Amino acid sequence: MIRTLLTLLLLTAPFHATSLYAQGFAGLGTQADGFATPTPNPTFTFPLDHGPHPDYRIEWWYLTATLTGPDGTSYGVQWTLFRGALTPETSDNWAAPQLFMGHAGLTTPDAHFSAERLGRGGIGQAGVTIHPFRAFIDDWQMVSTVSEGDALDALTITARGAEFAYDLALTATGPLVFHGENGYSVKSNEGQASYYYSQPFYQVTGQLDLPDGPVQVTGTAWLDREYSSQPLSDTQSGWDWFSLQFEDGARMMAFALHDGTGTPFTSGTWIAPDGTTQSYGDGAISLTPLSTTQVAGREVPTTWRLQVPDRAIDITTIPLNPQSWMATSFPYWEGPITFTGTHQGRGYLEMTGYN
Amino acid sequence: MSDPLLDLRDIRKTFPSDTGAVRVLDGVSLQLNAGETLALTGESGSGKSTLLHLSGGLDQPDSGQVVLEGQDIATLDDSARALVRRQRVGLIFQQFNLVPSLNVGANIALQARLAGRHDADFTATLAARLGLSDMLTRYPEQLSGGQQQRVAIARALAPRPALILADEPTGNLDEETGDSVLTLLLDLVSETGAGLLLVTHSPRLADRLSRRAHLSRGQLEV
Amino acid sequence: MLYTALLTLLSHWKRHPGQFVMLALGLALATALWSGVQAINAEARAAYDRAAATLGQDQLSRLERADGQPIDLADYIALRAAGYLVSPVILGDIRGPDGHLRILGVDPLTTPAEAQGPTLDGTFNLAAFFTHPGLLLVSQDTANGALPNDLPPLQITDNIPPATAITDISTAARLLGQENPSYLLVAANQPHNLPPITQATTLTLRAPQSTSDIARLTDSFHLNLSAFGFLSFGVGLFIVHAAIGLAFEQRRAMVRTLRALGTPLRTILMALSLELAVIALIAGTIGVALGYLIAAALMPGVAGTLRGLYGAEIEGILRFNPSWAISGLLITFLGTAAAAIQVMIRTARMPLLAPAMPRAWAQASGRMIRLQAYAALALFALAALLALVGQGLIAAFACLAALLIGAALGLPALMTGALSLIRPKGAFAEWVVADTRQQIPGLSLALMALLLALAANIGVSTMVGSFRHTFLGWLDQRLTSELYVTAPSSAEAAALMQILAPDVDAILPIVSAEMRLFDRPAEIFGVLDHPTYRQAWPLLSAAPNAWDQLATGDAVLVNEQLSRRENLRVGDIIDIADGLPIVGIYSDYGNPNGQAITSLSHFLETFPNILPHRFAIRITPEEAPALATRLRDEFGLPPNAVTNQAQVKAFSIAVFEQTFRVTGALNILTLGVAGIALLTSLLTLANLRLPQLAPIWAIGTSRATLAGLEMARSLALATLTFLLALPVGLALAWVLLTLVNVEAFGWRLPMRVFPTDWLSLFALALLAAGLAALGPTLRLARMPPARLTQVFAQER
Repeated sequence: MIRTLLTLLLLTAPFHATSLYAQGFAGLGTQADGFATPTPNPTFTFPLDHGPHPDYRIEWWYLTATLTGPDGTSYGVQWTLFRGALTPETSDNWAAPQLFMGHAGLTTPDAHFSAERLGRGGIGQAGVTIHPFRAFIDDWQMVSTVSEGDALDALTITARGAEFAYDLALTATGPLVFHGENGYSVKSNEGQASYYYSQPFYQVTGQLDLPDGPVQVTGTAWLDREYSSQPLSDTQSGWDWFSLQFEDGARMMAFALHDGTGTPFTSGTWIAPDGTTQSYGDGAISLTPLSTTQVAGREVPTTWRLQVPDRAIDITTIPLNPQSWMATSFPYWEGPITFTGTHQGRGYLEMTGYN
Repeated sequence: MSDPLLDLRDIRKTFPSDTGAVRVLDGVSLQLNAGETLALTGESGSGKSTLLHLSGGLDQPDSGQVVLEGQDIATLDDSARALVRRQRVGLIFQQFNLVPSLNVGANIALQARLAGRHDADFTATLAARLGLSDMLTRYPEQLSGGQQQRVAIARALAPRPALILADEPTGNLDEETGDSVLTLLLDLVSETGAGLLLVTHSPRLADRLSRRAHLSRGQLEV
Repeated sequence: MLYTALLTLLSHWKRHPGQFVMLALGLALATALWSGVQAINAEARAAYDRAAATLGQDQLSRLERADGQPIDLADYIALRAAGYLVSPVILGDIRGPDGHLRILGVDPLTTPAEAQGPTLDGTFNLAAFFTHPGLLLVSQDTANGALPNDLPPLQITDNIPPATAITDISTAARLLGQENPSYLLVAANQPHNLPPITQATTLTLRAPQSTSDIARLTDSFHLNLSAFGFLSFGVGLFIVHAAIGLAFEQRRAMVRTLRALGTPLRTILMALSLELAVIALIAGTIGVALGYLIAAALMPGVAGTLRGLYGAEIEGILRFNPSWAISGLLITFLGTAAAAIQVMIRTARMPLLAPAMPRAWAQASGRMIRLQAYAALALFALAALLALVGQGLIAAFACLAALLIGAALGLPALMTGALSLIRPKGAFAEWVVADTRQQIPGLSLALMALLLALAANIGVSTMVGSFRHTFLGWLDQRLTSELYVTAPSSAEAAALMQILAPDVDAILPIVSAEMRLFDRPAEIFGVLDHPTYRQAWPLLSAAPNAWDQLATGDAVLVNEQLSRRENLRVGDIIDIADGLPIVGIYSDYGNPNGQAITSLSHFLETFPNILPHRFAIRITPEEAPALATRLRDEFGLPPNAVTNQAQVKAFSIAVFEQTFRVTGALNILTLGVAGIALLTSLLTLANLRLPQLAPIWAIGTSRATLAGLEMARSLALATLTFLLALPVGLALAWVLLTLVNVEAFGWRLPMRVFPTDWLSLFALALLAAGLAALGPTLRLARMPPARLTQVFAQER
């Protein structure tokens, strides 16, 4: 069926390069055929770079929120818009080769909901505009509500699935932060890289619509912006990505790109409460799975030990709901976590490539 | 003395007709022992054929018993009488009544096969005795009347019945042929030890049988 | 015992192989015609279902504009932005010189899960599907057929309807020049907490289509085919009945002997049933195979008819489908059982001691003939009643059936009556007439079959002839313009019209839009106010000054089909634009769809997106060829873009001829079957009649005379049957034209009679009867005297 294959095409580009190439889809070789590739020491121009970059193959606007209800119940929310380009072009009609995919997730301690939307750019069904900033697909949207300052400083996000909906208002309490070298984030030892920056300092209020009724929530959120044309090396098959909020207001991003064998490629960014950053390259952070959970018929590591010797960090992460499975066309694990050990706090975990 | 092969007891039979019921048999009793040959004579319409049909279970009397080998077949249903007929009775008709689409061999074996008592050797012997061995693959329409009647006799004898019923078996044959056919029939009956009830209107033929009974106005004159 | 009984019964066929062949042939032919028609219908229906199931349209609701026009892209985007799961489809045809292709453009990103797309294998190039020039997914047959030029690359894929390409919506938009979706598919499950979609849009929600428009349109066509198949089957059963009856009569003595020798009745009945089952199985298998061949031979014609008349795309290829093969066999068994019931009952009732005298089978007594005549009168009354007050196609066909069965049942009485009118002179002639009358009961079934076949033939050919006559006359009136031009685009059409205007008498733009009226597909045309229309368009009924009112733009004309179907009259308001009064009704033969005509200006106002790119040119006929050449050479129009009147007419007539080719073929086959029925009956009688002929021979009539008499008698009976079939056939034609056609197609035709056709049919009937009588006649002429004398020997 077209739909399944198409979703594979769109999704395998960012996450699953190996299998994609193995299937030999024409026009998507290892080389980035006419697509732009990230180069070191980038200069970002805002709000322009908050918008889409059609000359890069893959891009996303990726928001995760750790939330709490009036009775102290923890919740997690994910809102993502992926963009994948078939060719580095765009147009204002059906022929636009810019395809969009929205994912929405909502996690409670005993349930996990997910929803997916697909659409093409060019006709107004999905896209990202800069003035005003608005990333949308169908009725799902992420809209800037600021009148001055960075467009991402205040946002509303909405999404709706078959059984759930949410509507959140976000206000940033800190600056944008840039990963790797000023936003040039290396993904492998062979040099694959992406442009990567975040807004990790959101305070959130809003409402979740659950099957049992609406719940008012507050909490924090983290927005990732990333774009590239060929982010993974040939052998890499997936990743484990953490965003952590420490009790003292500091933040940390850490990821491990894993392949079938060998040692994962690790990287991360320490973010002080004032937004100053320190980047860690391969090997500075170690990520060790402690136990796995049977999820959707596969073994997924759901508790982790995360160590950063440089900062004397040695923590264990525990999921809010080990069954935080995104049952989308290309499935993966994504959900809120808490951590204890040398430090305490909440965060979000995403794991791909566990087939 | 053992029980008779056929014991007809006080048989009565009427047929409906345009002018009211016609009493054909009016209290007829008759016995036939195994090995006996009995000629039944009488005028046309005297009820000879009816009595023969009743004896073979082809029809049922209004009252009275038809005891064949100790069993009253008058009260049996159609399929039970059919069973008796194909296993215990051999029928020979004036019209021969061969099956035109079967050849002579198949016609001879027909009743024996229906009865599940087909014996190829015996059938072959019969055919040889009746002088039919050369014509087993011919069809009835290719035979003369005497030949056809010999086929009918072989067919009646092939299942080794206890009782042979013959209704004017030579009626359609010229005198000479009729005589030779009757001779064959009587020889074979005596060889097999069966009883023979033969209907004829000819006193000359009747004389050749061991007993004779005459039917007149529905009653037996011995 | 059963085995021996069965073998004995079967030995009859071995001795009479001719009879067996006749029985098997009758049964096989009956099965063949029936199952052949069923195979065609099943194939067509499966094709409609496949088409209807494309993209799950048989399961998904759709949103459409009430007027059938494309939906504004903005309306689609608004529904998506409100959260509704709807998916756009752009649908249209592209036409080339040789072929046309239906383009179905879908958006795989939004198609609901129910919309099962084509099955694709791993080599499928998705990027190519989405990006220029795109890919067209087509079936192997479509790819092999004639296609328009300059298409994107084709990808062969299973499960795609014929003459259809599924492609990405971007490719469809480019090929059809249409960005707006034709309609939207609505997913069955909509997101959490959304109000019903009907509250969010002014578009019309149409429930899933379990039957497609095409299936509804073509129902009447298939019903016609079915009726023919059934008629043939019935005629075939006459043969079977005759053959089984003959076999029974000939085996009466055998059955009696078997019973005397001690075979129970039950065993004999069982053996008879087994025998018939074996024969039915053999003949049915042959029949199904023959039916497949007939269907395969007719299929291209049927496909052509369906395409020409209804625009229904079905492949001209027949697939073997076990279900109709099995149902064909089943109907053979049922038919055999029906034909054999009488024989079984007779066998069961036959007294064991009755004389084994052969009697003419089915020797209907005078009382039986009278009863049949009363039944015939009752059926005629029923037919008349149905014709007067019946509603709907079923009633029309019931009327037909009552008429035909009544005529068949009344035949023996009419024949006997006709013969009693003859006052022969002389003893021999007296005997001939008396003997013929005596034969009628025995021959009646066969003569009935002949009557049915002849009446059907007269009826159908009268209908086709009337249709053809009316249609050709109508085409002459309707196709008045000398040239018809198709420009590549509306802009080029406009430019051409401007350039040509000074050189020609008139230019009449042809502009039409597809829309829905009364929830069925319909077309609306816009016409210029011009004498061409005023003079040439025959109006069946019209308001005063209908054309003047039309020219003002505040009125419409509708075609006969639409007015009959929806019971519309002049003066009624129809839901076009804001509601327009109907000022006239015109005949529109050959078009199954509703149609309306409005003024050109009104049309362009209502459908601003549709601009004419076709137009007709009025010019003196002598100048037409030169202008056509000029259009091709000077303006570079492709050869097929300029057609003259004659070409259009030829095309229309070809469609028409195609439509009735299948009917014609079935007609001939039915007549053939009736001929065989007659032959079987004559053979049956030939043997039974020997006792009647032998005395006549004995008292001094030569065999040749007797044989000649037999032949003459057959021909005379066939003539009588034909004479009776004539009024029945004409009544049939009347029912077909005034009831069936109106119900099935929506138009009414004046009836015309074609006596020359009758003559050729009469000759054909004589030929059939002559051929059927030839065998028995020759046998009689050559019969050895011994066989005749045997009759006396066997008499008792």
